[in-house]
Amino acid sequence: MPAVSKGDGMRGLAVFISDIRNCKSKEAEIKRINKELANIRSKFKGDKALDGYSKKKYVCKLLFIFLLGHDIDFGHMEAVNLLSSNKYTEKQIGYLFISVLVNSNSDLIRLINNGIKNDLASRNPTHMNLSLHCIANVGSREMAEAFAADIPRILVAGDTMDSVKQSAALCLLRLNRTSPDLVPMGEWTARVVHLLNDQHLGVVTSATSLITTLAQKSPDDFKTSVSLAIARLSRIVTSASIDLQDYTYYFVAAPWLSVKLLRLLQCYPPPEDGALRGRLTECLETILNKAQEPPKSKKVQHSNAKNAVLFEAIALIIHHDSEPTLLVRACNQLGQFLQHRETNLRYLALESMCTLASSEFSHEAVKTHIETVINALKTERDVSVRQRAVDLLYAMCDRSNAKQIVAEMLSYLETADYSIREEIVLKVAVLAEKYAVDYTWYVDTILNLIRVAGDQVSEEVWYRVIQIVINRDDVQGYAAKTVFEALQAPACHENLVKVGGYILGEFGNLIAGDSRSSPLVQFKLLHSKFHLCSVPTRALLLSAYIKFINLFPEVKATIQEVLRSDSQLRNADVELQQRAVEYLRLSTIASTDILATVLEEMPPFPERESSILAKLKRRKGPGNQPGAEEARQERERERERERSLNGSAEHREGGAAASAKSSPSVDVLSVAALPTNRPRPVSSVSLMQTPFLASCAAPSSLSAGPMTSLYPSADLLGPTGSPPSTGGSLLVDVFSDSLQAGPAPLDLAPPNTAVSEDNFSRFICKNNGVLFENQLLQIGLKSEYRQNLGRIYVFFGNKTSNQFLDFSSTVNCPDLLKTKLNVHTKPADPTIDAGAQLQQILNIECLEDFTPAPVLDIQFRYGGTLQNFGVKLPVMLNKFFQPTEMEAQDFFQRWKQLGAPQQEVQKIFKAKHPMDTEVTKAKIMGFGTALLDGVDPNPTNFVGAGVIHTKNTQVGCLLRLEPNTQAQMYRLTLRTSRDTVSQRLSDLLSEQF
Amino acid sequence: MRFMLLFSRQGKLRLQKWYVPLGDQEKRRLGRELVQTILGRKAKMCSFLEWRDLKVVYKRYASLYFCCAIEEQDNELITLEVIHRYVELLDKYFGSVCELDIIFNFEKAYFILDEFLLGGEAQETSKKSVLKAIEQADQLQEVRAVSIEDLSLTAVVLS
Repeated sequence: MPAVSKGDGMRGLAVFISDIRNCKSKEAEIKRINKELANIRSKFKGDKALDGYSKKKYVCKLLFIFLLGHDIDFGHMEAVNLLSSNKYTEKQIGYLFISVLVNSNSDLIRLINNGIKNDLASRNPTHMNLSLHCIANVGSREMAEAFAADIPRILVAGDTMDSVKQSAALCLLRLNRTSPDLVPMGEWTARVVHLLNDQHLGVVTSATSLITTLAQKSPDDFKTSVSLAIARLSRIVTSASIDLQDYTYYFVAAPWLSVKLLRLLQCYPPPEDGALRGRLTECLETILNKAQEPPKSKKVQHSNAKNAVLFEAIALIIHHDSEPTLLVRACNQLGQFLQHRETNLRYLALESMCTLASSEFSHEAVKTHIETVINALKTERDVSVRQRAVDLLYAMCDRSNAKQIVAEMLSYLETADYSIREEIVLKVAVLAEKYAVDYTWYVDTILNLIRVAGDQVSEEVWYRVIQIVINRDDVQGYAAKTVFEALQAPACHENLVKVGGYILGEFGNLIAGDSRSSPLVQFKLLHSKFHLCSVPTRALLLSAYIKFINLFPEVKATIQEVLRSDSQLRNADVELQQRAVEYLRLSTIASTDILATVLEEMPPFPERESSILAKLKRRKGPGNQPGAEEARQERERERERERSLNGSAEHREGGAAASAKSSPSVDVLSVAALPTNRPRPVSSVSLMQTPFLASCAAPSSLSAGPMTSLYPSADLLGPTGSPPSTGGSLLVDVFSDSLQAGPAPLDLAPPNTAVSEDNFSRFICKNNGVLFENQLLQIGLKSEYRQNLGRIYVFFGNKTSNQFLDFSSTVNCPDLLKTKLNVHTKPADPTIDAGAQLQQILNIECLEDFTPAPVLDIQFRYGGTLQNFGVKLPVMLNKFFQPTEMEAQDFFQRWKQLGAPQQEVQKIFKAKHPMDTEVTKAKIMGFGTALLDGVDPNPTNFVGAGVIHTKNTQVGCLLRLEPNTQAQMYRLTLRTSRDTVSQRLSDLLSEQF
Repeated sequence: MRFMLLFSRQGKLRLQKWYVPLGDQEKRRLGRELVQTILGRKAKMCSFLEWRDLKVVYKRYASLYFCCAIEEQDNELITLEVIHRYVELLDKYFGSVCELDIIFNFEKAYFILDEFLLGGEAQETSKKSVLKAIEQADQLQEVRAVSIEDLSLTAVVLS
C-alpha cells in the first residue's frame, strides 16, 4: 500500500522538495523558492483554467514552502476552491492548507465555512470527517459561530457513523476550549454522557475527553457521568477475561481510555453512593495491585502504559484525599519508584509525591522517604530531576525535619545550577522562617544564604530578615553579633552589608560593651565597605551612621567628619548628597533629646504573611498555582498541622493564622507599605527615618519627599505611597489626561464576551487614556498616528492580588473592515502577575476609509474561571488625519470644488456639553484637522482642514462648525471628496459637542 | 495537548501541529526556543521537563525528535505512548519509516496525525482503525488515478 501511494499523484512536488534539499545554502534555497512562487503565481493568474490536479499540486507546494518557515500570501482562494472538488484527495489537500494557514488570512472565512457546511451536510462520512477535522484544527471563533450548534446534533444523532461521532466529539471539545460561550448546553448533553456506554471504544475515548472538558465548565450538568465512568473503568480494569482487541496496548487494556476516565473522575468529589464508591475503590486497588505484578513484557511501552494508568489513579486518590489506606499505598508505590532505574519514573514519583505530602493522611508516609530524596538531590544527573527533589523536600518539610532539610538545601545550593538557584534561595528562606523555633538558627540560615548565593538573594529575603529581627527582641543581640562577625570577612556580599548596616544601626549598642566590637570598631568596619557599595547601599549606610550618632555620642565627631568630607557633601549623586547634608545638620543642631526621639529604634512591623512566600507563589508557573480555594484549604490544613505539632501556634508571631486573616492578598508591596499603618514616634520629624526605609520601605506620608524618589525598587507599582488597595490608580501615572477622561466606570464587570464600548467615544478627539476598567482589569491606551500608520500601546493592569493566567489579547476585525484596516498584534505574555502591568503593541495600517472599529478580544483565567470579553478599539478614520493649514482664499476655492451634493454631509444637533470656545477648539484639533483662524467671516464659527491618509488614497476634508449659543445648537458641515468619508467624519465629530 | 513538533537533530522542523490559536510569529518563536532547549539536553536525561508554564514530553527516534507540549494536569507517560503510537502508525504506513518519508510525504504525516489525535486529544487509539481510515482515503485516490490527465502525466514521466 504505501509504496503505491507515495508521491503517486504529485511528482512535481517531489521534484521540488528534492531541489530544496539539494540547495547548498540558505540563499540558494530562497532563490529556488522565489522561482517556484513566481511560477505558481503565474499559473494561478494565467488565462488557462487549471485542472483540479494542478491546483492541488501547487497548493501543496505552497504549503510545503510555508512549513519551511516562509510567508505565503496567496493561494488561499485556490485552496478554498479545492474544498468543493468532488475528488477526495483534492478536497483533502484543500482542507490541510486551510487548517495550517487560515489564521494568517481569514478573509475567506465565509467561503471556507460554505465548503465545510456542504461537506457536513453531505452524509458522506469521509467528507464529514474532513470538514470536522478542519473545524477542530482551526477552531476559530467564526467557525464556532457557524457550527457550534450543528455539531452536537451530528454527535448524538442515531444514524451517525462511529468515526464521525469521534471527530464530532473532539471537534466540539476544541470549540468549547476556544469559544466556550458559543457552545450551547442543551438536551444533547444527557445523550453525550451515554456515549460512555457506547460499544465502540474509539467513540468512548473521544467522548470521555469531551465530557471531561464540559464537566469542568458545568459539573452539575454532567454528574451522571460519574457512575457510567466508574462502570466503564471497572469493566476495563477488573475483568481479566475481557478482550479489547486492538485497544489493548502492549498487554495493557485500553490505557488511553483508562487515563481519560480517571481524569474525568477528578472533576468530581468521591461518590456518595456507597456501592459506587466501593466499586471505584476496587478499581483503584486493582490498579495498585497490578503495579506489584511481574511485567508481562520487557518493552518500555508496556511499563509506560501501565504506569500511566497507575499515576492517573494516584492523582485521583490524591484528589479525593479521603481514603487513608489508598493514600498510604500510593505513597509506598511512589517510594519504590524513587529508586527505579528509569529516570522518567523517578521524576514522576518525585513530582507526584509532592502533592501527596500536602495530604494529612500521607504526609508522615512521605516523610519516611527523606533520605532517598536527599540522595536524589546529590546524585541525580539531570537538573530537572534534582529540581523535583528540591520541590519535594520543600513540600515534606515540617518542624521535625526542617533543620535537616534546610541544611541539605543550603549545601546543595553551593553547587546548584544557576537556573534554579533563586528558587532554592526563596524556599530556604521560607522554610527557615516558617519552622524557626529558635530565631538564632533563622538568622544564621539567612546569613548563610547571603554568603553562598548572595546574588540570588532578592530584596524580599533581606527585607524579611530585618523585619523579623526588629520584631523579636530575643534575637536582636544575637543578630548584631552575627552580622558583625560576618562583616569581618574580607569580601562579603553587598546584601550582607545592607543587612549589617541596618541591624548595627538599630542594635549595635547591644554588642558595644565588648571592646572587640566597640562603637568605633563597628563604625570602621561598616565604613570599610562603604566605597565598594552601590548608591542605595551607601544611602542606607549613611542612615546607619546617623543612627550611630544617637546610639554612641563618642563617635559623633568621627562620623561628622565623614559626613562633612567632600566625597559626601559634594557627591554627584543627589540622594547621597542630600542625606549627608541633612544628617550633618541634624547632628549639629539637634539636642540629644531630639536626636533620641528622631532616631529612635524602629517600631515593630505589623505582622503579615511573608513576602517571600508571595514571591515564591508567583514564580510558580500558572499550572502550579493553586486556585484560591485550594490555597485556602492548604493554609487551613497547614495551620492544623502546626497546631497539632506544637500545641499552639501563638508563640510564633508570624503565625499563619494571623497572617492569613490580616492580609489575604499579599504582594511585594506588603513590604513597601509596611510602615504606613503605623504611627511614627514623632511624626513631624519622621523625615529623618525615611532614608532607612527608603530602600526597604516607602513611607506613605512622604511620598513626594526627595529621599524616596530614587528608589524605584521599593515601589514596584507606580507612584510611591499610593496605598496598594487602590488598584484603580495603577495606570494613572501613565496617562496625564486620565482625569479629564472622567472616572472610568468601576464595578461594572462586563458579562462574558460582551463587547464594551463605554469609553470608545472618549477617544475620538484624543489618543491616550483609560479605555476599560472593571474590578479585575484596567486597560489603558497610548496611541500615535502618522499618515496612514498608527501604533497603539495597550497597557493591561492586573488590579487583583492573583496572577492572570492564559492571558491572551487579540484584535478581531469585523469582515467589513478586513480589507480596509490591517492590525498587527504582537502577542502578549500569557501571564500578568498580581498588581503588574503588561504592555502590548498594536501596529495599524489604514488601507481604505472605514467605518466599523476593530475589537480587542481579551481572554484570561482568573481564580479558575475564564474571563472573556471584547473591547472596541478606538481606531477611527479621523485618526489618520494630517492637518492642513491654508489661507481663506484657498479654503473657499476648495470648499466650492467639493460642492457636489453627495460630497457634503450636514448635521444640526443639540449641544450635549457646555458651549465653551476653548474646549471646542481643542476638540477640533484633537479630531485631527488644522483649526483655521480668520477664514470664516463669522468669528464664532470654527473651520478646519485636513487630509485623511490611507494606503491607497488621500482624501481632503474641510469642515465647518457653527454654534448657536442661544438655541444651544450646532450645525456641522463636512465636505470631502468621498461620500462615505464625509458621513463617517460627521458621525464621529457630532458626538463630541 | 497544546502542540506537537517533529524536528531533526539539526533543528529543522518536519511537522508542527498546534492545538491552540497562536500567530505565525509566535509559533516560530516558541518552536525555535523549544527545539534549542531539547537539542541542548543530553541523551540519558529524563523525557519530561518543565518549560514555561507547560510540561514537555519528548523522545528521539533515529534522527527525529518527537515532542509534545502538554498541560499541567496531563499525563506524561501516556503522552510518551501517544508519541510511540504515532511512530508505529507512520512505520506501518510507510514501511519502516525514516525522516525522508516524512519530508516527502508531509501531507500524509498530517493526515495520519489527524486520524489519531484531534483537538489535542486521542481520537482513535486502535492502530487498525486509524490505518484503515487512511487506507480508504488512499483507495479513493487510486480510483482517481485512472482519469485522463493523470495517465498522460504518467506517460510523460515514463518516457
